[in-house]
Amino acid sequence: MPLLVAIPLAGGFLMPLVARLTGARRSAAALPILLAAGLLALAVWLLLAAREPIVYWVGGWTFPVGISLVADGLSRLMVVVVAVISLVALVFSVDYMARFTSPGLYYTLFLLMLAGMNGVVLSGDLFNIFVFLEVAGIASYALVAFGTESDELEAGFKYLVLGTIASTFILVGIALVYNVTGHLNWAKVGEAITAAGGPTLPIYVAAAFFLMGFGLKAAMVPFHAWLPDAHPSAPAPISAMLSGVLIKASGVYVLARLVFSVFDGDAGLGWVLVVLGTLSMVLGGLMAIGQGDFKRLLAYSSISQVGYVVLAFGAAAVMRARGMEQAAVGLAVFGGLFHLVNHAVSKSLLFLCSGSVEYATGTRQLDRLGGLGGRMPVTAACLRVGALSISGVPPLGGFWSKLIIIIALAYMAVRGHWAFYIPTALAVATAAVTLVYYAKVQRFVLDGEPSETVLRAREVPFGMRAATLVLAVLCFATALLVVPAIRDRVVTPATEIVLGGAEAGRGGRTITVERKPAPPPAQAAADAPAQTIRLQDGTRQGETP
Amino acid sequence: MTLQMVPYMLTFLLLVAGLYAIVAKRNLVKVIVGILILDYAANLLLVLTGYRTPPAGQAPVAPILTGGAAQAQELAATAVDPIPQALVLTSIVIGLSVAALVVALAVRLYEKYGTFDTELMRNLKG
Repeated sequence: MPLLVAIPLAGGFLMPLVARLTGARRSAAALPILLAAGLLALAVWLLLAAREPIVYWVGGWTFPVGISLVADGLSRLMVVVVAVISLVALVFSVDYMARFTSPGLYYTLFLLMLAGMNGVVLSGDLFNIFVFLEVAGIASYALVAFGTESDELEAGFKYLVLGTIASTFILVGIALVYNVTGHLNWAKVGEAITAAGGPTLPIYVAAAFFLMGFGLKAAMVPFHAWLPDAHPSAPAPISAMLSGVLIKASGVYVLARLVFSVFDGDAGLGWVLVVLGTLSMVLGGLMAIGQGDFKRLLAYSSISQVGYVVLAFGAAAVMRARGMEQAAVGLAVFGGLFHLVNHAVSKSLLFLCSGSVEYATGTRQLDRLGGLGGRMPVTAACLRVGALSISGVPPLGGFWSKLIIIIALAYMAVRGHWAFYIPTALAVATAAVTLVYYAKVQRFVLDGEPSETVLRAREVPFGMRAATLVLAVLCFATALLVVPAIRDRVVTPATEIVLGGAEAGRGGRTITVERKPAPPPAQAAADAPAQTIRLQDGTRQGETP
Repeated sequence: MTLQMVPYMLTFLLLVAGLYAIVAKRNLVKVIVGILILDYAANLLLVLTGYRTPPAGQAPVAPILTGGAAQAQELAATAVDPIPQALVLTSIVIGLSVAALVVALAVRLYEKYGTFDTELMRNLKG
């Protein structure tokens, strides 16, 4: 499991050497592609191998001084998503990056970003999340500015400034949490907060800092300003990585972890997430309609779609705290995770397609494109599949995940709290808005009379076509996640981790050594058997849908 | 508000000052200075959280074990918390690399635009 972080990190440092040998030739991509394929195999194996969380102590040091990597259901799901998207993006890069100088540096940064993302989703304590966030962050700031033209530099600068503010807020939050609880480990912090009878005022202040920090990283609406600049300015495979996985790994995933595993699904934080998610969903969608730049439109769409995911998680937290039955809460969490996977696949596909279009025509302006459907049949077909999936047309994956989120919200509105009628209605309306702006994309890019720029366009090289085709097939394949057998294997362990709250976050960590205040021995003794029983208890898993 | 809270309050003041510089200043270099101040404020807060008031009449001790295992118990009772110090070291290194990158970007931006004024470099609209 530590290999998931170690491989790309080592690869990142080997890459400059390899690039020295290969020069700017395409063979420079061989190493990162091989590594990413290895990571994917490892991640899938990890997902299928076992259900119990695996804990790895870095360097063999255990609890009081050690650094832990934890692979539970949620982390495994994220690792697989990250590995799939990065492998495809790398394959796409081979031909796409041929136009840029120094591909060696590009692949180095790419691998470092990959290492950072894997680190974020695997690390078991708050401070390492911060460290890996910065590893992924710094690599991505540099990648956004990779074109080194004025636009790219400006976007990179903006991204860096806001990203650094976010990281600093996160660090302040970590300092406050450490000060109050005396722990950095997720599980221990959660335990300490629960033991203190729920969050106190300093914890809420820390939570506010975390929300601002991770909200910035996830580009929730009041904090979204950097995303529509940064994502379009990056090279297309990087846009795919940023929109597809980075904002989820470093924003949404950690928010979900914090709210459920650390703050034990606190209702107040849940409401904040509901409000932020709804705002992002609606405003992101509305702003996407007006965009004339292909990639900028996709970037606003990312804000909107991530809003759905956050809304689903927030609603689940609120309803869990109000004691709604597991099935409904689990449905919302499942919908959120499912939509996260779908959005990763389809938005990466769309960004790669936009890269193909830009590669072939040299422009991203929607009004200068048109009639590409005839000139680039493969790219056009993939683009249509991606657009249909994300705007929720059956039988593609995006339809099912949106349907599940909306059903869960509607159920909560009827049975739980009246306020959920608002996000439910807005979620349905935003689904229609999404359809509108993707219809616009298809009409402007694919249909109509070929414009002058388009007449010179030819289909893109094989590697780029292959990458988009794989993701297009995956858009269909993700729909299979609604089939119970597959769902139980892949998504349900992750749902359980979220639902279990602070309780499940502790799974597999039966160490009862405390660092600062010595624990009352009775409690420590009571803790250990309770956990072993819970791990063997099969009924808990049966309750979730 | 006791006297002990004063350093914390000052740290938050520093944090706000850094944020103000980032948000309000037009000059790229001043924005960078704002980022650094913000970073220092967070580091300072982290170090402060490690401080433990020693028993009456004693001075706080740095967490360095000089006298071998025999003194470990005594040191653990009086020393300040070493973990935040370790964290702050990491955080400072990260801050350094961010600073290097942001300065490099600012230099490239200056080459493109011939100015550090952010009002004059607005190709991208929010």
